[in-house]
Amino acid sequence: MVVTEHILVALVEDKPGVLNRVSSLLRRRNFNIDSIAVGHTEQPNLSRMTFVVNGDTAKVEQVRKQLDKIVEVVKIVDITDNDPVARELALLKIKATASTRSEIIQIVDIFRANIVDVSADSVIVEVTGDEEKVDSLLELLRGFGIKEMARTGRIALPRGSAGPLVVEETRMPEQSSKPLPSEAESPPDW
Amino acid sequence: MKKTGAQILCESLIKEGVEVIFGYPGGTVLPLYDTFPQYPQLRHILVRHEQGAAHAADSYARATGKAGVCLATSGPGATNLVTGIANACLDSSPIVAITGQVATPFIGKDAFQEIDITGITLPITKHNHLVLDAGELAKVVKEAFYIAQTGKPGPVLIDIPRDIFQQEAEFAYPAKVDLPGYKPTLFGHPTQIKRAAEMTNRAERPVIIAGRGVIISQAFAELRELAEKAQIPVITTLLGIGCFPETHILSFGMLGMHGMIYANKAVDNADVIIAIGMRFDDRATGVVSAFAPQARVIHIDIDPAEIGKNVRVDVPIVGDAKNILGALNKQIVPRDHIDWFNQLDLWRQEHPAIEIRDSEGLLPQYVIRQIYEVTQGDAIIVTGVGQNQMWAAQFFFYDKPNGLISSGGLGTMGFELPGAIGAKVGCPDETVWCIAGDGGFQMTIQELATIVQENIDVKIAIINNGYLGMVRQWQELFYRRHYVHTRLSGPDFVKVAEAYGLPALRVKDKREVTSAIEKAMEHQGPFLIDFVVEPEENVFPIVPPGATLVQAIEMPKPEIVTPSS
Repeated sequence: MVVTEHILVALVEDKPGVLNRVSSLLRRRNFNIDSIAVGHTEQPNLSRMTFVVNGDTAKVEQVRKQLDKIVEVVKIVDITDNDPVARELALLKIKATASTRSEIIQIVDIFRANIVDVSADSVIVEVTGDEEKVDSLLELLRGFGIKEMARTGRIALPRGSAGPLVVEETRMPEQSSKPLPSEAESPPDW
Repeated sequence: MKKTGAQILCESLIKEGVEVIFGYPGGTVLPLYDTFPQYPQLRHILVRHEQGAAHAADSYARATGKAGVCLATSGPGATNLVTGIANACLDSSPIVAITGQVATPFIGKDAFQEIDITGITLPITKHNHLVLDAGELAKVVKEAFYIAQTGKPGPVLIDIPRDIFQQEAEFAYPAKVDLPGYKPTLFGHPTQIKRAAEMTNRAERPVIIAGRGVIISQAFAELRELAEKAQIPVITTLLGIGCFPETHILSFGMLGMHGMIYANKAVDNADVIIAIGMRFDDRATGVVSAFAPQARVIHIDIDPAEIGKNVRVDVPIVGDAKNILGALNKQIVPRDHIDWFNQLDLWRQEHPAIEIRDSEGLLPQYVIRQIYEVTQGDAIIVTGVGQNQMWAAQFFFYDKPNGLISSGGLGTMGFELPGAIGAKVGCPDETVWCIAGDGGFQMTIQELATIVQENIDVKIAIINNGYLGMVRQWQELFYRRHYVHTRLSGPDFVKVAEAYGLPALRVKDKREVTSAIEKAMEHQGPFLIDFVVEPEENVFPIVPPGATLVQAIEMPKPEIVTPSS
């Protein structure tokens, strides 16, 4: 069993309790979430959830299928192998004095991050990027003293022509092959 | 025209073909109960504990194929349903559970009899919904029945605050559901079906393992056609019993922990397994890493999440068993498998698991067999959990489609009596026998009052050994015969029955068994027999925990075995 990182992306109906259903299922299937991010999509009434989880492929596939059984989960795919563009956002409040501020600004510039707030004894740095970039900047700034940090979960999109997650046409019950049990006639026979 | 939420609910239930509600009133559902007299076509059966309502609805659903409905008030009423909902969830039984909730202004305030039942039942329902507007109630009910009864069936809970029952709204029952995230796959992939046919046609030692999915899908004829055309032995899971006639020459009984030795050997030696509507539960597979080591596996199931969950699958086919088997059978070449059947018959002769040993005492196996003889197999058997359940599975021959109703996945003691109520209410023309243990029977004994009040004609056989028998058996075999808290006393069940108002008999002598069963059958109405059986009789064969299917312990009584896990 090779444990690797997987990025699962779910389109879910924008209804109360959906995040609870999803996280509850992950917990009871004994799955840890490394990160989760939820937001709106280009489609009305649908939210997009991005999970980063660690596990062997079979286990992740099992949990993906279980999540797909949640009625409000319209679609869920593992985009790990689609070479996705993945980004995180972090806000870092760094101790800064007159003597260290310019050095911090230099480092921030190299990372193409931004200073979004300056006060007498600190600055707030905003950085967007993949996990490694955020981690590297964090390591470099750690020496100055991190007063507080806020970091989002990862969001991701597959590159290039890989199709968007679209909602297929809903299949209506009358298209089912078999009558609903309440409509079925006659008792069963061999 | 505007209607109240309570009226909308009743009319929606009627639109769904509901005839019976198993329920128990209370504060938050009073507006609904107040409305019931307007709808006499909805029969309400008053249970004595809400757990009984959920089990009865579950069993009703299994017996009829229609969703069962149970109803409880908020708070303790709702929590008392929980075991029954979980039971239905694990055995894929379609029930719609309706709970009252405190009025919307009180939600979240820890009000009297408030509990977050949608939160509690999140992991044990297929879906649930807290209704916050009477205008959405009809849609919610429509969706609930659709979700409960399609795909892999399961329980759906609808939580309705008291003021929503009283709120008025326009009523129009929706013709369709619109659930973009719920689209069960019904037809198998043609390529996979073709691969399955090729694999089956080439098989030398094929085995069919059939589960309850065959019954749910009503694929009885298709399964039989496959087995007969390709000459493949049919082995069932516990819940698959009743999907194939057990007196058929191709029937090789049940597999698993208490399965037939020859069934387990067949699975162990098979080169191709066709698993239909079953989920490779640990009680069926034994230690899973050693399950069917020689076999390639074709797995037919409507739930994609079951494919590859426990056992490696070579040909997965997701869809409805009836559709898939229908398509598969067209590509199956008639075979005979003479060598394989010679081997299977040899195993069957060497290990006749269904013999009853000689004994002067009253053996539970003999009781079950006599119920079979007297009813001639024409009965629905509803069991408890434990030894009584396994004997009922082993010693009754199920020739009737869907003849056994039993709590498999959750293993809920106390299912038997309310379960028998549900089965009889659903199938009033069938003979229903409740096979109970003296432990489980005491868990839901209060439903005797329901039986008497509603005059529900169930025949009750208590297999009374004065122990929590299956646990005692494990203590005997795997815990050095330390009988810790498994000896239990019970009331005088005959007097209890009489106190509740139904006739009863006690049988201690094997010579009285047949006449007692006949007497119960002749009696118009419910009847109870307390069979006082050999106290330390064991269920054999038994696959010890952590062992493989072929490491089963057989009769006669073995040496004490130390647990291997």
